[in-house]
Amino acid sequence: MDWKTKEKIIKYILLIFAMSSIMFLIGIVIVLFREGLPIFYKIGIIDFLFGQEWYPTYDPASFGILPLISASVLVTLGAMIFAVPIGLSTSVFISYIMPKSIKNFIKPIIELLAGIPSVIYGLFGMKILGPFLKDIFGLPTGLTALTASIMLGIMALPTIISLSEDAITSVPKKFRDASLALGGTRWETISKVILPTASSGIVTSIMLGMGRAIGETMTVLMVAGGASAMPEGILKPVRTMTATIAAEMGETPVGSNHYQALFGIAIVLFIITLSFNIIADLTRKRFYKKVSGK
Amino acid sequence: MKETNIDYRHLKQKVIFSLLGITLCVVLLILAVIIYFVVKRGIGVISWEFITAMPKNGMTEGGIWPALLGTFYLVIGAIIFSTPLGVFAAIYMTEYAKKGRLVSIIRIGVNNLAGVPSVVFGLFGLGIFVKLLGFGVSLLSGSLTLAIVILPTIIRASEEAIITVPDEYRNASLALGATNWQTVKNVVLPNAMPGILTGVILGIGRVAGETAPIIFTAATFFTMRLPSSVFDEVMVLPYNIYALVTAGTFPSKQIPIAYGTAFVLLLLVLLINLVAVGLRLKFSQNKR
Repeated sequence: MDWKTKEKIIKYILLIFAMSSIMFLIGIVIVLFREGLPIFYKIGIIDFLFGQEWYPTYDPASFGILPLISASVLVTLGAMIFAVPIGLSTSVFISYIMPKSIKNFIKPIIELLAGIPSVIYGLFGMKILGPFLKDIFGLPTGLTALTASIMLGIMALPTIISLSEDAITSVPKKFRDASLALGGTRWETISKVILPTASSGIVTSIMLGMGRAIGETMTVLMVAGGASAMPEGILKPVRTMTATIAAEMGETPVGSNHYQALFGIAIVLFIITLSFNIIADLTRKRFYKKVSGK
Repeated sequence: MKETNIDYRHLKQKVIFSLLGITLCVVLLILAVIIYFVVKRGIGVISWEFITAMPKNGMTEGGIWPALLGTFYLVIGAIIFSTPLGVFAAIYMTEYAKKGRLVSIIRIGVNNLAGVPSVVFGLFGLGIFVKLLGFGVSLLSGSLTLAIVILPTIIRASEEAIITVPDEYRNASLALGATNWQTVKNVVLPNAMPGILTGVILGIGRVAGETAPIIFTAATFFTMRLPSSVFDEVMVLPYNIYALVTAGTFPSKQIPIAYGTAFVLLLLVLLINLVAVGLRLKFSQNKR
């Protein structure tokens, strides 16, 4: 075989490998829809999405996932209220105020937060944060939407800090120099020049942090309390979409309505996280355009 | 006017900078508190027997050896599947593909795969490996599922590592008459190896701690025997922690075991991450 054909063959083999991510993504869509789509016909898409009762094992069973969606949204928004201000100000501090020598040391430490397994966050939430909140608010149980929000917020921090920091540092130096030369203080330069320029990069980091929070499973399964009724408040136990799938899939017969409904939840979850990721991709592109000036 | 007074503006800056510094301290404090909690509650449980013994009396006594071994096997399995896949994908994207639509579609695929919730990977593994391919709840199904979970990490790290290899190296090799593939194999890959290895190690850390993808594909709470084939169910560290604290029947005896397991898992994951960070630092120094 001459080298040209060999090169060509290698190129096509590598292309197949490169397509693997897309094939897996398509595979996930096929599996989810094949197993989960029938429930949308049986229940009706409106009743499934907006039904307020999730009693999958009752007779007759009811498969309304609005409580689960609401719980996921509640817990994720709660996490963001906590994680966005802390994450953003930390990233500003690391990227613009801290000396570079310390920064190189601090950044890996913060990335360690991302490395801690979610069960360990769950354990911490169950045994330390939960009882602590229970005492403070005088609750019957410490496993609530608030507990889950705080834990998810902590888990989203490294994503938000690390990506915002990248966005802030990739704002061209001349922007900063121009502002300082005009007599702006460092803070004025950050708040009026750097942050507005980096804003779409920061939005990317928040979207990805949200995606991580809404898709997180083990921690919410362990700390959110698990009540599948409509969430009545931040201090009540709730059950998210992810936790429902993880908790109930093991005990349901393959192919049953309940099984299909769990895959149906996964479809909804997948669409939500996919849209977060697409928005993140779009804002990321906008950011690069802005920074590179093209 | 206040806004033009330079002293006022500097004071304002000082106050705000201090506040920002405090938030960083809060973040570091959270990390410290979590590690302190796991170490404090877990370290007393650790002994040689705890690491190397089989569990006894329905997971109320004895050690965590099978879970440790199960985690080890899953990690090895996932790395075997995902490393070649990820590295070859990265080679295509950096060395072969022309910049354009195809590469950006592939990149969108990688980014979106990275954002898929871990429990959805679990359902995918259940649908494909456990059911359709008939591997059952097994080491094999779990490894394959986890391999897909870490694929984006490995692709990105490999891509980054390959891009940092200077073009002079490639041109020198090509000028000597080497083909594109020979250049990749003999010049680019050896130089990118430390970066690729960093990505693989980060992947190992992730696999060791993942729970949701293996609940329905590989994990079992309690088994009396060690896995003897790839079609066996396995005990794994993170799932054990979850099961012990949520479904344990003797909390007073099982919660301490959960803490001990958490300590071992955290230590493992932190060490793995430390190795990756060290490798990255060493690599970036060599480059300079």
